[in-house]
Amino acid sequence: MKRTLQALLLGWLCFCSLNVPADPAVLRMATTTSTENSGLLKVILPKFEAGSGLEVQVLAVGTGQALRLGCNGDVDVVLVHAPAAEQKFVDDGCGVNRHPVMYNDFVIIGPPADPAGVAQSKDAAGALARIANSRSIFVSRGDDSGTNKKELALWQKAGIIPSGSWYREAGQGMGKVLQITAELDGYTLTDRGTWLAYRAKSPLKICFEKDPALYNPYAVIAVNPKRYADANYTGAMTFIGWITSREGQQMIADYRVDGQVLFTPLAIPNPGAP
Amino acid sequence: MDSLLQPTQEAFHLLLTGDPDLWTIISISFRVSLKAILCATPFALLLAFLLAYVPFPGRRLLVSVFETLMALPAVVVGLLIYLLLSRSGPLGDLRLLFTQTAMVIGQIVLCFPLLVAMGYAAIRSADRRAWETALTLGAGRPRAMLTLIHEVRLGLLVAVIAGFGRIISEIGTSMMVGGNIAGHTRNIPTAIALETSKGHFAEGIALGIVLVTLAFGLNLILNLLQRREAQAV
Repeated sequence: MKRTLQALLLGWLCFCSLNVPADPAVLRMATTTSTENSGLLKVILPKFEAGSGLEVQVLAVGTGQALRLGCNGDVDVVLVHAPAAEQKFVDDGCGVNRHPVMYNDFVIIGPPADPAGVAQSKDAAGALARIANSRSIFVSRGDDSGTNKKELALWQKAGIIPSGSWYREAGQGMGKVLQITAELDGYTLTDRGTWLAYRAKSPLKICFEKDPALYNPYAVIAVNPKRYADANYTGAMTFIGWITSREGQQMIADYRVDGQVLFTPLAIPNPGAP
Repeated sequence: MDSLLQPTQEAFHLLLTGDPDLWTIISISFRVSLKAILCATPFALLLAFLLAYVPFPGRRLLVSVFETLMALPAVVVGLLIYLLLSRSGPLGDLRLLFTQTAMVIGQIVLCFPLLVAMGYAAIRSADRRAWETALTLGAGRPRAMLTLIHEVRLGLLVAVIAGFGRIISEIGTSMMVGGNIAGHTRNIPTAIALETSKGHFAEGIALGIVLVTLAFGLNLILNLLQRREAQAV
């Protein structure tokens, strides 16, 4: 009886003890919902994992949170899209070796009837001004993501402080915001990649696009090993090397949803050329 | 109606054809929650027993504390554990954030008060004479405790099942300290939230079916046990 109890107790202790040491073969990456939701990572990462022997664990969050995870040392590498915030991340000593990876662009989507007349705007700031002036519903990410930062910069450019019942802050990822926008029959700003992935299910359409202000570049940054000695810096640099290599860039260029190109490589603009 | 019917059909298809991603998610959910409940139960029930049978000052207050903690919001637990385990937090050197272990810790914290409070109520409901009789018959205290636990096993089982029900379906803690990493810390609730946000309703419904089936199964077992117990008396 006593023996059995002791054995049980011992078994229980072993079972419940913490047993997860830091694994050098694991690379933690914080990235934005746009790279994850568009399906890009699911296609390119297996190739990198097979070649490098690293297992990549992806945390898909907003750019703001991704950078915070990097600064706190909870991830090894970040793949984000908010140039000003990225620069601050590097200046603050949180990250090193920032490299441009790819770009796509933002689009403003809204009801097919376009009640605010956004399509006639000259630029993106003007488009937002029309939405504000007509008090049409605008759904903001409201989550400090790269898209949210871009949207706020555009409002500032338009000289408008968005507030009132027409301006809805969702506090959710891009996919969820597209759904909310569709349900409310409103407008929102989205990256083209996520929009293409959702387009088939959405009653909305692109109302405004192709303004230089809507350029959306992505960069990869390693978490500073001086700050966190046990961050997987070697793994992070292996990943940065690969995604900016000819092979990585070619895979980005080749990625398509419904025949549409989602991202354009930026590290090697024409990776297929000899 | 199509918007509901079609994804549901797809959901059954996914479940029955053994979609590997889906079954990975389901197995992670069960692995984490079973580990959490198995680790929490012995200690929680021991504590419940002490609260019920060992008088000490502040005992009533402690019972009230555990009863209050039963309603502890999962997101608050998630936030606290996140801050503790983050690399810049006090326990950061353990490097546990965004691992299954972190999820297990979170779920232990969540189910522990429930196990203590419900276990306490069950043990209190036992006839005190069983304890005293066992002692007079020469049993040691540990042995007498086991006798008592045997007396109220059904009540304790209800507590364990309720605790398991709470943690297998909670999302707040898992999302925050697990990070919803595919194939690693993505469990049923976080996957449902993600798939819904992606507009993949079939996957969400399929996982929802698993949870509902589980709840139904647990209740069924509980009912059967109760009936058997009633017949035995």
